[in-house]
Amino acid sequence: MLDYFMSSQTRFVLNQTEYVLPETCSNTTLLEYLRQEGLVGTKEGCGDGDCGACTVVMLGQSARGKPQFQAMNSCLIPLGAVAGKELFTVEGIAKEGLHPVQESMIQTGGSQCGYCTPGFIMSMFAAYYSGERTDLAVEGNLCRCTGYLPIREALRSLAEPGQNDIFLQILENSETRKANENTRDFHQPSSLKEVFDLLGAYPEATFIAGGTDLGLDISNKARAFSRFISLEHVSELKIIKDEPATLEIGAGIPLSHIESVLHGIFPALDEMIHWFAARQIRNRATIGGNLGTASPIGDLPPVLLALDASIKLASSAGERIIPLADYFLGYRQTARQKGEVIVSVIIPKAQTAQTRQSFAYKVGKRGTDDISIVAAAFSLDTDEHGQITHARLAYGGVAATPVRALEVETWLLGKVWNQTTVNEAKKRLLTAFSPLSDFRGSAHYRQRLIANLFEKFYWQVAEVTA
Amino acid sequence: MSIGKSKPHDSARHHVTGTATYTDDQRAPDGLLVCWPVLSSHAHANILKINVQEALTVKGVLRVLTADDVLGENNTGPIVHDEELFPRVVQYWGQPIVWVVAETADAARQGAAKVSVDYDPLEPILTMPQAIDQNSFHGDAQRMHKGDTAAALNKSAHVLEGEVEVGGQDHFYLETHTSWAIPDTEGNMQVYSSTQHPTETQIVVARVLGVASHRVVVTSLRMGGGFGGKETQANPFAAIAALAAQKTGRPAKVRLKRHQDMQISGKRHPMLGKYRVGFSKTGKLEALDLDIYSDGGYSTDLSQAVMQRAMFHSDNSYFIPHMDVRGHVCKTHKTSQTAFRGFGGPQGMVIIEDIMARVAGYLGIEPEVLREQNFYKDGDETHYGQQLQDVRLARVWSELKESSGFETQKAAINTFNQRNQLLKRGIALTPVKFGISFTTTFLNQAGAFVLIYADGSIQVNHGGTEMGQGLHIKMLQVAAQTLGLPLDRFRMMPTATDKVPNTSATAASSGSDLNGQAVKNACETLKLRLATVAAGMLGLNAPEDLSFDDGFIYSSQHPKDRVAFEAVVAQAYLEQVSLSATGFYRTPNIYFDKLKGSGKPFYYFAYGAAVSEVEVDTFTGQWKLRQVEIVHDAGQSLNPLIDKGQIEGGFVQGMGWLTMEELVWDETGQLKTFAPSTYKIPTIAEIPEAFSTRLLERAPQEGVIYGSKAVGEPPFMLAISVREALKHAVASFGTGDLELAAPSTPEAILDAIDKVRQTTTVTGD
Repeated sequence: MLDYFMSSQTRFVLNQTEYVLPETCSNTTLLEYLRQEGLVGTKEGCGDGDCGACTVVMLGQSARGKPQFQAMNSCLIPLGAVAGKELFTVEGIAKEGLHPVQESMIQTGGSQCGYCTPGFIMSMFAAYYSGERTDLAVEGNLCRCTGYLPIREALRSLAEPGQNDIFLQILENSETRKANENTRDFHQPSSLKEVFDLLGAYPEATFIAGGTDLGLDISNKARAFSRFISLEHVSELKIIKDEPATLEIGAGIPLSHIESVLHGIFPALDEMIHWFAARQIRNRATIGGNLGTASPIGDLPPVLLALDASIKLASSAGERIIPLADYFLGYRQTARQKGEVIVSVIIPKAQTAQTRQSFAYKVGKRGTDDISIVAAAFSLDTDEHGQITHARLAYGGVAATPVRALEVETWLLGKVWNQTTVNEAKKRLLTAFSPLSDFRGSAHYRQRLIANLFEKFYWQVAEVTA
Repeated sequence: MSIGKSKPHDSARHHVTGTATYTDDQRAPDGLLVCWPVLSSHAHANILKINVQEALTVKGVLRVLTADDVLGENNTGPIVHDEELFPRVVQYWGQPIVWVVAETADAARQGAAKVSVDYDPLEPILTMPQAIDQNSFHGDAQRMHKGDTAAALNKSAHVLEGEVEVGGQDHFYLETHTSWAIPDTEGNMQVYSSTQHPTETQIVVARVLGVASHRVVVTSLRMGGGFGGKETQANPFAAIAALAAQKTGRPAKVRLKRHQDMQISGKRHPMLGKYRVGFSKTGKLEALDLDIYSDGGYSTDLSQAVMQRAMFHSDNSYFIPHMDVRGHVCKTHKTSQTAFRGFGGPQGMVIIEDIMARVAGYLGIEPEVLREQNFYKDGDETHYGQQLQDVRLARVWSELKESSGFETQKAAINTFNQRNQLLKRGIALTPVKFGISFTTTFLNQAGAFVLIYADGSIQVNHGGTEMGQGLHIKMLQVAAQTLGLPLDRFRMMPTATDKVPNTSATAASSGSDLNGQAVKNACETLKLRLATVAAGMLGLNAPEDLSFDDGFIYSSQHPKDRVAFEAVVAQAYLEQVSLSATGFYRTPNIYFDKLKGSGKPFYYFAYGAAVSEVEVDTFTGQWKLRQVEIVHDAGQSLNPLIDKGQIEGGFVQGMGWLTMEELVWDETGQLKTFAPSTYKIPTIAEIPEAFSTRLLERAPQEGVIYGSKAVGEPPFMLAISVREALKHAVASFGTGDLELAAPSTPEAILDAIDKVRQTTTVTGD
């Protein structure tokens, strides 16, 4: 009898103590759970994954498969997603005296009101072991008091962890964790077959990966979920295939992995990932999720459109590959059928790599961690006469879907890549779309950005090719 | 010596370990109920009917609080009683109509979703121009004036007329409004509230409950940020929690979700200045005629005082011989705008700095030259009749100008701009002069209560609240200095109305000045008593000659004959000497006649200056801050680490206000930017590598606690240098008209660039 109960319990490890999860937890966030359990050091600043006050650290894997402490927003994590995982909160890192990141923040005056501090501490804790001593480590943490200078100083003054550091030993001794565990309403399959079996059994279930978008609905109780099928650990979705002609990126790969292992292959992608949210989100958000939510203001679609990417979908009936340009059908509507899973994104490598220029741009009210007013990505080739042989102009934030300026692309072909052509293209771009006015920016501003960003691209190309 | 040392925040260790207790972190008592608001979906409407029946069917819902439940007054207005807790007429979009009380947050939220309200929509007033047209104002206009402005404008060589509009700002304290209340069985109420003003929260709770103040105790543990947003705005939430507790006999809590907080709570006032300025050919200001309008929102709150401070600071640092300023608070159907760091001062200062830059551009004088040549000097009188002494503008200015190599840098930037068509840089140097004191004179008082226990450990209470500004560590330093003890002998107590009554809000940068003197006063009372005991122990006759230092009490003539502090305390107890004392302080010699608009409202002024350099992208209007250098006058700093934190934090908050924090209301009056996804405050990435802050050296302030100066608000306005630097960059795109909106979002900057280019007249070579 005891065995039966024991085996049905789903556990996770928090601050080196084992916890038993409730049987159903689809509509509870990790943050809510922590605070209910009396671990009130972790704060809710916004509940939207935008302020980082709720940052905790999960023991995960780096892009190269090494154990790594990863900061994430506990307000966006459905409780079921921690089944079988190991986590740390601000209460669990002071061992023999304060942790060095805690000591450092005290010394520099890094806390004032202190409400954001636990979140900063956990971001810095992860950075302490990953070696990230730059602002990037804490861009996802808002502080309203300090102006960040003492926090920056605290981060930069950190030494390397000592040999006897307890947490370093945890990292070194961490074995690949056992199969991911499930709660009654949160399934973590490890293969596509299991996904489709589960879907057959629970057709009402919702797919979830990093949950950085869906998590908002859980956090804000915008809707109630009966069951999740997590794609986070599906092996087919975790593969990166770097081949001579294409790069295939598994849909379940978090952006922070793309950021670290694929850097330098597509500069436009590098550029955009840099502007994509902040560290905690990039540790969770996946490329498949960004395409699955199909937001017209998603950051990656313009880049992927400009790079002529395709998307691989799979269902129990088999696989299909469609151009990304055919994937977006309308506002948050896509060609993905019910029961289909996004498996990967396939990006062709330009055969004209020497002349191919591609850049991406994002304009928001704030440079960092903002939703774009307009995002754009351009890709262009010229021949030996300076005539344009290939042009892709892709935008986000200008229509109901991420979209290419097809007419202008066609018009550009055969034109000489010079200021006159760019000026004429700008005129055409000004009227190419009918963007809306909203609280992020006016239609007039968006129209100017659509045109101006292309000119900015021209000058940036001129600069790098000079 | 404790004073003048860089000591970390007294709670720093708790902050970094997550053990600092905030109002929502206290262990929930048995039976804690949760209150959830039903928010209006109109900006202005008569409420015809509120249907609560369906909400009561939700499992866990106990009741729905409505106006019928109020035994006292259904009003939480802090000065004017014009804020209905349960409104009959909706005054703004998102206003709480009723509150659902339930066993859990989930049940309360679900219950609130089931309350339906029948509205009869009314036409809302949503902008200042609409309010002006419809003569919709809070109270009468205020006026301050000196000289004969009309005549001086007539005689001025040049007169410019214009308007300056500046946006509001959400406080975005990381901790949202939170209060909870626990009743006893005898009709008393203990309230824990994240409030900057426990006394007023106490008064308002008592008013709503229909009991005398002594029945209500309000405790403010610490706040996760306040910035003025919890000066009056905490009161209604505390009142709701207390009312739920009163009705049910059970403890009850209100904790706003971020979206609710941003929709419900008041913000910095948007303001509009309409001016005529007269000046000489050489750029000497001669006269300023100015009307300032603020968007006060639906109720009075502190709007009159905020407007008054905008008017007080509409001269910033400049002597203007003839000046006539009127202030008008517009009544609109929006959140009731409230205190926010600077309290109107920043808006007044943005207006005059905009004028200064415009005059400089008009005359072809460098703005920093024009600014400097109009600085106040000792003996000058302001437009409200206060004669200035110890003006430190020239000192701060020249020190910064020199250390930053301002002129060289500006020349380099101008060269850069001539060579570069795609990016333009800008640089500006701007001053701050900020008046210190509550301008409502009687508020300049504070109390303290210090308790020494027989083992020599000490509790300190004072009327100020801790919101991150480091008030408590400064107060501990004052106590430690006065009693000659190390800091670890003291425990700072949470601010509570049963320890120190009738306090003023922790606001107006006055926390250290006022409470510091009160703490010192209490400690000196105790010191005198202990000295008498110690003298007896040492066999000396002159207790007043004894020194308290390093934990010992001794005569400087015989420093080796000393007694330990705790031994004296133990002896005092045996000798039946009282070991607790209150302290009190009132700021001397300040007054202000509101009707005449004149007096000496400020005990002194704080000064500072900042240089900012920016770079603007011609294609998008995006920009970046390249460097900042600040010199600020904090007097003889009580704690340089804390003061630098206030200066840097204030600057960055000001930069956010002027550049990226944009409040957008739609045409129905709905606030569209009520979450951090749409309302953007600065992140670390917006902070330049080159950022240096220096305190003005050798600058003690006479008559203030240990020679220090208030530092909470003044640095906020140093960020005006960013706006002026952006204008410099934008101006370099041509010779046309320069109009840069505030906040200067990328869109506003691109608009300004377009305008400069379009109005540039091309002259032949």
